[in-house]
Amino acid sequence: MKRIGVLALQGAVREHMRSIEACKAEAVAVKWPKDLEGLDGLILPGGESTAIRRAIDRYGLMESLCEFAKTGKPLFGTCAGLILLAGTVVGYEEPHLGVMDVVVERNSFGRQVDSFEAPLSIKGMEVAFEAVFIRAPHIVSAGPSVEVLCEHKGKIVMARCGQFLGCSFHPELTDDHRIMEYFLSMVPPQRTLSCQTIQFIVKYD
Amino acid sequence: MLEAMGVDYIDESEVLTPADEEFHLLKNTYTVPFVCGCRNLGEAARRIGEGASMLRTKGEPGTGNIVEAVRHLRQVNAEVRKVVTMSEDELMTEARNLGASYEFLKEVKRLGRLPVVNFAAGGVATPADAALMMELGADGVFVGSGIFKSDHPEKFARAIVEATTHYQDYRLIAELSKDLGIAMKGIEMSTIAAGERMQERGW
Repeated sequence: MKRIGVLALQGAVREHMRSIEACKAEAVAVKWPKDLEGLDGLILPGGESTAIRRAIDRYGLMESLCEFAKTGKPLFGTCAGLILLAGTVVGYEEPHLGVMDVVVERNSFGRQVDSFEAPLSIKGMEVAFEAVFIRAPHIVSAGPSVEVLCEHKGKIVMARCGQFLGCSFHPELTDDHRIMEYFLSMVPPQRTLSCQTIQFIVKYD
Repeated sequence: MLEAMGVDYIDESEVLTPADEEFHLLKNTYTVPFVCGCRNLGEAARRIGEGASMLRTKGEPGTGNIVEAVRHLRQVNAEVRKVVTMSEDELMTEARNLGASYEFLKEVKRLGRLPVVNFAAGGVATPADAALMMELGADGVFVGSGIFKSDHPEKFARAIVEATTHYQDYRLIAELSKDLGIAMKGIEMSTIAAGERMQERGW
């Protein structure tokens, strides 16, 4: 069974864990660096990115999260989680993890009261995905290796860059688990990598 | 007016400053989300029926005494568990007893929980209070006077946030409860006449 961690410092933690379990995978709440051990993938949930970042620093998680990203295992950031992954955040000198080659802007769709739901046409999905946007960010621009998976009103709201998946909205708040299934498909089926593969990843990185 | 100002959400706050002693707002007609107080599943059902997006225990605000919030959270959770284990043909009677709609109880039975989040509020004054409420199944914690009436509001705020995140890490909660200074002074419930209790406001 695939083991997926959810960064559990603030935000929509339980909803992600429920969604992971609905997809027949094991969900692990990550609060300390040691909780990252043995995970096949990690989700950075939506919430408030400044508050989550403070807690990341408070518990010495930044280094461990960056190390985790270097292993090549998949990471999925939703809403605030996308802001944490982004290489550049508009208006800020430093990114957070800074591992995904996208420029992200915060609060792109107005304030909390302007939150909305919209059916999205996502690449590879035949039926529209009903998405919940809550004070959502968007991807202003994406690097050459980034695959744009969805746009809404001319703004990029979902993209993948190799092991990194990010979206502006909250897929965990609906009972539609297709995006979680997509993320789980990014976990390689074989759990143990050969030494050769690990060396390759290290060199490649 | 608050909605026009673009506030993130509104606590209808029937426990503090009700402007209308008889009716609750019909929250469905607003775009701004509301959080409302409840002491039991019937109250929770009526507030959600009016359009509340979130709930909170009424507790007894401003007392720094956690006992009422504990009572209200336990009451709601016990009634949810009862509904979940009831057979379909018992639900209508339970709906009448609770003053809740039949459809609402069917939804609770299907989900196995309330359809919205329920926060602990009204008496949370220490990191241990916050952790206790999370342990009892609260989805989060609201703290007002527990922070602002303490000796060191900033220290208390930080410690309560941390205790909420790590509510099962007892060693950590003990550690972060040190050197906080004096908490707000608690008020014993029996010293407040029944008619004076804020939780009796609303229905």
